[in-house]
Order: sequence, then C-alpha cells, then structure tokens
Amino acid sequence: MRVLVCVKRVPITGGRMVLTADAQALETKHLGFTISPHEECGVEEAVRLVEAEGGETVVLTLGLAEAEEQLRDCMAIGADRGILIKTDGAEWDAQATAAAIVDAVRDEDEPFDLILFGNESADSGNYQVGIRVAYALGLPVVTGLKKIELQGADVRCERDAGGARDVYVVPRPAVLTVLEGLNLPRYPSVPGRLRAKGKPLAVRDPVRPEPKLEKLRLVVPEGQGTQAEILGHGPEAAPKVVELMQSLGVA
Amino acid sequence: MSVLLFMEGDELSLQALTLARSLGEVKAVALDGAYAPAAWAAALVEAAEGADAIVAAGSDRGNELLAHVAARLDQPFAANVTAVDGDVVTRVRWGGSLVEEARLHGSPKILSVAPHTQPAAEAVPVEQLALPADADASVRVLETVSESGGGVLLRDAKVVVSGGRGVGSSEAFAIIEELAGLLGGAVGCSRVVTSAGWRPHADQVGQTGTKISADLYVACGISGATQHIAGAKGAKKILAINSDPEAPIFASADYAVVGDLHAIVPAISAELRRVRGQ
Repeated sequence: MRVLVCVKRVPITGGRMVLTADAQALETKHLGFTISPHEECGVEEAVRLVEAEGGETVVLTLGLAEAEEQLRDCMAIGADRGILIKTDGAEWDAQATAAAIVDAVRDEDEPFDLILFGNESADSGNYQVGIRVAYALGLPVVTGLKKIELQGADVRCERDAGGARDVYVVPRPAVLTVLEGLNLPRYPSVPGRLRAKGKPLAVRDPVRPEPKLEKLRLVVPEGQGTQAEILGHGPEAAPKVVELMQSLGVA
Repeated sequence: MSVLLFMEGDELSLQALTLARSLGEVKAVALDGAYAPAAWAAALVEAAEGADAIVAAGSDRGNELLAHVAARLDQPFAANVTAVDGDVVTRVRWGGSLVEEARLHGSPKILSVAPHTQPAAEAVPVEQLALPADADASVRVLETVSESGGGVLLRDAKVVVSGGRGVGSSEAFAIIEELAGLLGGAVGCSRVVTSAGWRPHADQVGQTGTKISADLYVACGISGATQHIAGAKGAKKILAINSDPEAPIFASADYAVVGDLHAIVPAISAELRRVRGQ
C-alpha cells in the first residue's frame, strides 16, 4: 500500500486578517503555520492505512523552503518521507500546482495506490487541485469524503449528503479528497518528532508557469471589526436576550 | 455573451442565476439520476459548446463539477466568485474571511458563485441534459445511507446554540443542549471542542465544519477565530456570550452579553420558561 498525501502550509490566522503593504498576502510576521485541517485528517488516514496494510506514506507539498516544517510535522505522526516542490514565494495557481504534483508523481519509481488531498485548501479554497491531478493521471476521483474503507482491490467512500451519506466504490489506484471529521488526528509524540528529523526529503525546483487565475490583490472584506450591541452583563441580561429572541421570531 | 448555468433546484442555484444573468444570456441546465461527477461534467462540456461562460453555485457539487469541467477543458476555474468585471473576478478566500481580485484568463470563463452573496432570481425553465453516450459513469453514488441521530440538522436549523472552549467540558454542554432544545434549534460547537473530543465533528460550525444559515446564532464561550466566523456568518444575527470583553467574537457579533456563560445560559433558559408560563 503506497499512499501519497498532498498538503499546504498555511498561517494560523487567529481573530483577524491583516494584509502585507502590497496586498498580495497575509501579514504572517507574528503568526505560526500549520496545514489545512482537511489535510491533517488526510495524513492521519494515510498513516492508519499503512499501519494496517504495510507500505509507505509519502507527504508532498508545494511551497517555500520553510514548508519543510509542515512536512516534518507530518513525518512526526508517521509519514515515511517527504517531497518538497520548492517555490520562490509567488503563488502558484491550481493548474500550475496540479501539473507540478503530476510531474512529481510520474517521477516516482512505483505508482501510488491512493493519492489524498484536502477537499480544498484553507487559504485559497480553489476546490480543484486533486481533481486536476486525477484527470492528468487518468485516475478515478471522489471528493469531500468523511469515511474511507479498503474493500479488496476497491475503496469504499462516504460523503455527507444533508443528513445522509452518499456511498461510492472505486477501484484503486484512485485520487480521494477528504474533509475534517474523517478521523481525529493524533498529536505527534516526542520520539516521533525526533525520528522525523532523519526521514528522507526530496526537493524539486520547477519553474513557475504564467498563472491562468492571476491574483491581483487581496482585500479584507467590510464588516470585520464592527462592534456588537451590548445587551448586558451576567445573568441579569437574560430578559433582554429573550426579548431579542422574541423580536427575531425564534423564541 | 452566452452563459451555461448548472442548476441544482435550490436557493443557491437561484443566487448563481442572478450573477449568471449579469454576464449574458443564460441557458439553465440540470441533470438527474445517480450523481456521477465525471459523467455529469462530460454532459456539461457537451452542452457548453460555444458558450462564453460556464457557471454553477459554489456548492459541494457545483464546485466539484466545475473543477471536472475545467480539468477536461484544461482551463482555469475561479471558485466562489462574488462579482465579475470583464476578465477580473472577485472571489472569497479563507471561507469568506478574505477577498481576492484575480484575472481569469482562458475561455470559456468557468466560475462558481459564492453562496449567500447574491439575491435569488426568479426561477427559469431548466433543460434536462442527457449523459453523452461515451460518458464514464463508473464513479457514481451507489447508495445513500441515512445517518444515525436525527433531530434538527445544524445546516438547516433556525437557531443554533453553540459552545466553545469556555464551556469547559463535554458534560457542561448540558446547558447548551437545554437552551437549544427550548428554542427548537441545534447544538453547535467550535473546532477546539471537536479536537478535544467533547462533541462530534458533525456539530462543528466553521470553515472546515458546517456553514449555518440560522436566523440566530448564539455563540457561548467562543473566542471567534476567523475560521469559526466563516461558518457562522451565514446566520442573520449573532449573539455572543463571553466573559472576555476583548474577545474577537464581539467584532463579528450583532449582540453581546459579557459574563460567565455557565450563569447566563441557564438564566436565559429559565427566563424562556418563565415567559412561556412553564
């Protein structure tokens, strides 16, 4: 069982969004970094599958050299090795990102049985990299998954459908995109962190193609930073809260 | 400009219709039968022959189908667009906490419409598409299984009473459940709560959880990280209850009560019972 998980380094944004002076990115001077929550579940799922079936979990990212930190985090919870597709900081659009991932997959000695993505990244939210990779590799793709089960040579997948679950069964190899809630990801252990430092990391250095979805600038939407009307302090505010609920027609 | 619009027969599709109409003449299409993303996308590509734009709602299926369409045509796809001005689209990032202006190169223009950013249009006649003869429907919904639980769906609830780190424990959610029950609403929570195992992920409100559309969202002991607000902002009104008057949630809320939720939430439940004469 060989599983590839694709992840993306994103800032931990906290309570408000602050942009750089050129409006091209979030100001991250005072922020930590992580991977998108959906992807955390993807990494956990891959590690569980390989723990059960044997094999190898490979974790891949496209990003700055600093994204090695996120690959090491994934290795600390059990991924066996990493692939860093290094960029110079300019954003790669979804088509360019997918193409670079496809090149990396094709350069592997053996094919992957499963390629996992988050359903969408936390920051750019393009909803398409996994699907584009599947088309380029000629693989079936199922998205938005909350449950994955191996079934012989197939994989059974469940996706939320408004109070019910849609079920898909597809043959492996396949591309799957997952959602938070698929599992509860583990925290890395200290020995896991130590082992991660020595795991293999391959670095690729492709040239960024011209973007087809070309970011011009970012804007913080209006409405952020308005102040709430204070109904009161402590339990004495309860009658005012109930009045509000009645006026909104919900009580 | 001719626009192909994929319709799902819901409110979000009528919102997408509003934006599609601003682009040009709309041909609205739909598909039925077992959902098969690759095959449905093949049908959309066939129907889009000669179209200048292909549009859908920024729903799970809308975004998925347009990504398939874009991959088939090898064209860029802008997800969750709020406005279009020539080649420049405005789209949401971070679940709506940030906005991007971007140039969408390529033809046809492929874009989905961010939910709840347009008024709904009047319904129009919708043409049912057939799957192309050579379409590969091998990836399709084989069955739909019901989930255990029942009760009010978080997504559809008119009132959501939600708890965060400040609730303190799984057991302490009893007061949240009580208030939600009195209002006929659903219980929600923040990501901290699901990560701690206090509530199931199905209760999580946020960018990576459920995006709600309640008339009132009551956020109890929730600090108000942008990822949480991304799931709560669909609510018409937000009431925040928090002991920290500096909590970021108050900058996203319409109403605030400052103080200890463990005293305030039961007091609201008691007052509701009192006015109802219970």
